[in-house]
Amino acid sequence: MAWYLIFLPLFAAILAWRTSSDSLRIRLLPGTAIFHLLGLVVTLILASLRGWETLPPGVWLGLDALGGWVLLVVSVLFCICALYAPAYLALRPDRDHRIFIVCFLCFLSMASLVAQARHPGLVWVAMETTTLTTAPLIYFNHNRHSLEAAWKYLIIGSVGIALALLGTFFIAYAAHMGDINEPLQYTRLMQEAEHLSRPWLRAGFVLTLIGYGTKMGLAPLHTWKPDAYGETPGVIGALLAGGVTSCAFLALLRIYAVVAAAGEAAFAQELMIGFGVLSMAWAMVFMVRQLDFKRMLAYSSVEHMGILVFGIGIGGTAARFALYHLAANALVKSVLFLSAGNIHRSYASRQLPFVTGAIRRTPISGWLFLIAFLAITGTPPFAPFISEFNIVAAAFSRNHLWLGGTFLLLLCGVFLAMSDTVVKMIFGTPDAKRVRTPYKDTFATTAPLILALGLSLVLGLWLPQPLETMLQSAGSWVEGKP
Amino acid sequence: MLSDFLIALIMLTNFSLVTTSRINKSIQFAVLQGVLLGLLPLTMGLWRIPHIVLLAAAAVAVKGWLIPSLFRRALQQVKIDREVGPYIGFSASLLLCALGTGLSMLLAHNLPLKLGTANPLFVPASLATLFTGFLLLVSRRKALTQVVGYLVLENGIYLFALLLVEEMPLLVEAGILLDLFVGIFVMGIVINHIRVAFDSIDTRHLAELKD
Repeated sequence: MAWYLIFLPLFAAILAWRTSSDSLRIRLLPGTAIFHLLGLVVTLILASLRGWETLPPGVWLGLDALGGWVLLVVSVLFCICALYAPAYLALRPDRDHRIFIVCFLCFLSMASLVAQARHPGLVWVAMETTTLTTAPLIYFNHNRHSLEAAWKYLIIGSVGIALALLGTFFIAYAAHMGDINEPLQYTRLMQEAEHLSRPWLRAGFVLTLIGYGTKMGLAPLHTWKPDAYGETPGVIGALLAGGVTSCAFLALLRIYAVVAAAGEAAFAQELMIGFGVLSMAWAMVFMVRQLDFKRMLAYSSVEHMGILVFGIGIGGTAARFALYHLAANALVKSVLFLSAGNIHRSYASRQLPFVTGAIRRTPISGWLFLIAFLAITGTPPFAPFISEFNIVAAAFSRNHLWLGGTFLLLLCGVFLAMSDTVVKMIFGTPDAKRVRTPYKDTFATTAPLILALGLSLVLGLWLPQPLETMLQSAGSWVEGKP
Repeated sequence: MLSDFLIALIMLTNFSLVTTSRINKSIQFAVLQGVLLGLLPLTMGLWRIPHIVLLAAAAVAVKGWLIPSLFRRALQQVKIDREVGPYIGFSASLLLCALGTGLSMLLAHNLPLKLGTANPLFVPASLATLFTGFLLLVSRRKALTQVVGYLVLENGIYLFALLLVEEMPLLVEAGILLDLFVGIFVMGIVINHIRVAFDSIDTRHLAELKD
């Protein structure tokens, strides 16, 4: 099954590259997404019936609870994007659909590899490949600005990921010093963690945090993010904000689990809390009076990456809810990016003075954007509320009063900063002088968004028992107990 | 000690890299450094182990032939101007590079090495090369020289990986070389688009997006 999840999208990508039929190519995208999700769900059901046992140290590919959870999030998000993409591509007949579809499918294949790989080197190779397959997507619009964004993404992402490679080597050397010499699968690293050399392990963790943190977009390593998310179509922004960042977060968590198993969690947690608070504060500052609503979403993504590492840094229940937040963020972000894409298409602008009264011009997208904004800033009963609330509660119950207070304060600040832009954009009257593009909300461009928003509502109200068990197993794995 | 000599040469190429003013010269130095790195495992008394010989051959082929041919293609398309265009002057770069090398020595001093197995020059040389790559990346304007910087950065990481060459499975090593190659290939394509869009590969054109 491991091979199925990796090779199904890869073969679909090859087929999409080779075929000359445009209609087949477009249908490949949702078809592959649905079959990937089905295959994944079957794998997860089988694994959860076996009770999430620890994978043996010698395997190279396998799905544990943590990898399964992240891949489930990515696969659902990919499904939403893939259902939306055909309608979007039909609106953009001028652009190259072949590269778009091939890169999308290759990304899914590499995400499956990241989630299932049991060796840090293999994870690194897959992460680097996701950078390379998503760079052409950022250049989708083929203009000067998207070129600049793609170049920055490629250079900053590649350098970041090069540092992650050095960090991986440092950890391998830490194992070498402790006479652990077989191939270094995660399970083996964690079981023999007490033999790892501490200076190398710590240095390795710092480098991987910087490296994969660049890929996640933690401040101050996020500089590529506003440019990349601003210049790409909404559907690609959704995939980047929910998919690529989730994969990078998983790669970081794998290393964190080794560090925690070695009893160095306190050192790593301090760093992660620092990065988390800095990311949230930095994002808040740049969201104030942000005129470009897509760049605002990029900063919101920086903020939520901050929440993820903050939750891991607090530990315990907060770590489990950080994993839950990964799903909440991916679902709601996809609604935000896709509806922002629709509004952008209707106004042919993403600058604030030109975009007003979106709720009148594109009612469905306008409402979806507004509700998703409320959801992402932590309004009950949507899923982000549950995770943010529980992370704060865990911070207080673990006697981190100052940290919990800062976290709440930053959440309020972000809400105020975002609401200023969102209110101006959604309400009011559309500028009559502004030319109206022929774009209108249709079933195909809004139904996937309603589905995603509905899922985040359901997740906020009711977490099914098997998923909860899976999250618990994933959470204890992150804390270093394989 | 042949390997000491090779590492010294690798560190010397760092200094040459930050002081050359021509793009094609700096590419040649980066390639020379890559080939030296590829040959290094053979001088560590490991030439009897077949998978290490295979890896050395692959590294020399990728770093000595494939990547330079990509660079040559990119360079032929950009005929206009062959100066590297530094933001930081050459003597200042040289000083910074020397400073970085000194700092690497200091940093490496704090990291323990496994007794009696490894050459103590590996870690400082690798960190110094990494630092040189960074310096080239941030202090040069041309997109092509930034890619050279990335290549040098990867060289530094590869040098560290050689400490582990006996333990690391071939699959991962081959994957890393492949990723380096594809990365530079994709960067080459983007450079070509930059040249077509702006009629130059100067990255100062790429500074319109900001808050």
